[in-house]
Amino acid sequence: MTTRVEATTSYDADENGWFGGPEAGWGGRFMPEALVAALDELTVAWHEAMADPSFVAEFDAILREYAGLPSPLYHAERLSQLVGARILLKREDLNHTGAHKIRNVLGQALLTRRMGKTRVIAETGAGQHGVASATAAAYFGLDCTVYMGTVDTRRQALNVARMHLLGATVVPVDSGSATLKDAINEALRDWVASVDHTAYLFGTAAGPHPFPSMVRDFTRGIGDEARRQCLDRYGVLPDAIAACVGGGSNAIGLFTAFLDDPGVAIFGFEPGGEGVDTPRHAATIHAGDRGVLHGARTFVLQDEDGQTIESHSISAGLDYPGVGPQHAHLATTGRATYLPVTDAEAMDAMALLSRTEGIIPAIESAHAVAGALDVARRLAAERGPDATILINLSGRGDKDMGTAIEYFGLGNPDDVTEEPVG
Amino acid sequence: MTVSTAFAKARADDRAALVGYLPAGFPDVAGGIDALRAMVDAGCDVIEVGLPYSDPVMDGPTIQAAAQQALDRGIRTTDVLRTVEAVAATGTPTVIMTYWNPVEHYGGGRRNGRSGVERFAADLASAGGAGLITPDLTPDSAPEWIAAADRHDLDKIFLVAPSSTDERIAMTTAACRGFVYATAVMGVTGARATTSDLAGPLVARTRATTDLPVGVGLGVSNGDQAATVASYADGVIVGSAFVRALLDHPDDRAAGLRALSALTADLADGVRRG
Repeated sequence: MTTRVEATTSYDADENGWFGGPEAGWGGRFMPEALVAALDELTVAWHEAMADPSFVAEFDAILREYAGLPSPLYHAERLSQLVGARILLKREDLNHTGAHKIRNVLGQALLTRRMGKTRVIAETGAGQHGVASATAAAYFGLDCTVYMGTVDTRRQALNVARMHLLGATVVPVDSGSATLKDAINEALRDWVASVDHTAYLFGTAAGPHPFPSMVRDFTRGIGDEARRQCLDRYGVLPDAIAACVGGGSNAIGLFTAFLDDPGVAIFGFEPGGEGVDTPRHAATIHAGDRGVLHGARTFVLQDEDGQTIESHSISAGLDYPGVGPQHAHLATTGRATYLPVTDAEAMDAMALLSRTEGIIPAIESAHAVAGALDVARRLAAERGPDATILINLSGRGDKDMGTAIEYFGLGNPDDVTEEPVG
Repeated sequence: MTVSTAFAKARADDRAALVGYLPAGFPDVAGGIDALRAMVDAGCDVIEVGLPYSDPVMDGPTIQAAAQQALDRGIRTTDVLRTVEAVAATGTPTVIMTYWNPVEHYGGGRRNGRSGVERFAADLASAGGAGLITPDLTPDSAPEWIAAADRHDLDKIFLVAPSSTDERIAMTTAACRGFVYATAVMGVTGARATTSDLAGPLVARTRATTDLPVGVGLGVSNGDQAATVASYADGVIVGSAFVRALLDHPDDRAAGLRALSALTADLADGVRRG
């Protein structure tokens, strides 16, 4: 089994989707009545599927044979030497389609087929969830429409082409800030009119109940695998684990297996953009406050009147002014620590990992690497070289080469200093 | 006059009530007030003032465009309350239609032990507002709003949809005060060429659970459609068509107001034919 979909933790939501109970009030379902029946139907179908061994076995088989899971846990030795602690990378970048997102979409698409629906819709920021959704739709023979902000279609043109090649319809969204949050709005507008035959493959562990919990269940294999791999190899659990947090699906996927291991420190690294003391960031937990966005109560970047503030991150996949409600719960209970990492720190980490390990990470994942290296240095000072930190390398950086070329000034033939040969 | 009185008065005239919507601050705050007053003068029985919000998931392109214009001009929630005050002063009952977060986060959310919801309810009541329509808040998620509305004697208008189960319709109407908002179609706001065949059965299922008046919204744009809906509902709710009348005259406010008045008169005639 790559994933323990039936397991629970002390930090799960109640039956109405409240993390920490209705008193804490994280999560819930702030949605139009028109969608409540569909969300109820989905909740029932998800519970039944999770309890059905044949569903779980089929999900597991698809993850193994099609998506290439379980992903390896890799000891990054040169990076470890650099910081003086043991750095382990959960290699989700090696998954089919290049990121952890494939776990979520295959789970949701399998559930869609089980529910007898024939069409899926999805929103996407960086395009990774869009590509994953288009892939899962092709795999299961479902129609697929992906909503993507026009700002993002420009910065992620390669992923738009991939979705087209996979047979999906990509609808550019020009309303609002024309980024991920507006793509979600447009997908919800589609869904309210198409809900009888369409499933909404939500791309992150946010949104109305049951999405935060259901997406977590489909991605928690990251942590389940990593925990076992670490124990099998080293006989101990890591001292700390780390992931980047935009909406938070890769993070909750890693964290879940460790939530009830009190000795494991948990770190989420948020996109600090140009700095959390500037208006240009997307560090929702660090700098936002309590509000309701896209159907859940969580931390939101908002103004005095509750209008959503446009977020910024160099990484399209983290550029979201909200965050999954379970992260709000983990942050306020102190179980996990969320810290900002700037664009510049993430890009430095992208270059560092590329050169020390030969792994080009997604800029999203580079946030986790940057933040985790600081934690690793601290841990090394406290506990010596056996201190172990496990980082979720949630995706690969191929899609980000456009940004990297611009940021680092790469690939300009005029900058080639060597004499031609041959 | 209260919302219930306005519906009762229409019923006494053997007709449906006409409920008209425009977002506040469109084309600007003063222009929005003029437009809403023109709708009152030409025959709207109840006014819905929209609170423009950055993430309006239930709205189609027309209302999105108007709300975005209001936001781009920097409208604040206090301007919306000012609009309510000016329209309610005409004596026509005036409610706010809003997504939930601006209510919960009114004035920055909880301050000095008072929640944003409580302060919003207090300020809406002092502005003379009659209540709230909450398109993304269902009664099972609304205990805080229901308590605040009850404290301030405000109407709570929740939505029912064609996809609602009978159990949920009963739960929803039990929490409503003023009227029940029935969404005629599965979809976002916007004018449609034909009225929905889902609305009639929904109204019947709703009436089976409550004596409150039932208003039908989403898609109505002319007097003939209003007459059709008025034949089976207590209220006809129109939004996007009013917004369209103003959007079609971006550079000539007087022409926009004339178009708005003419549309109101056509719809007011429609609800009397139904």
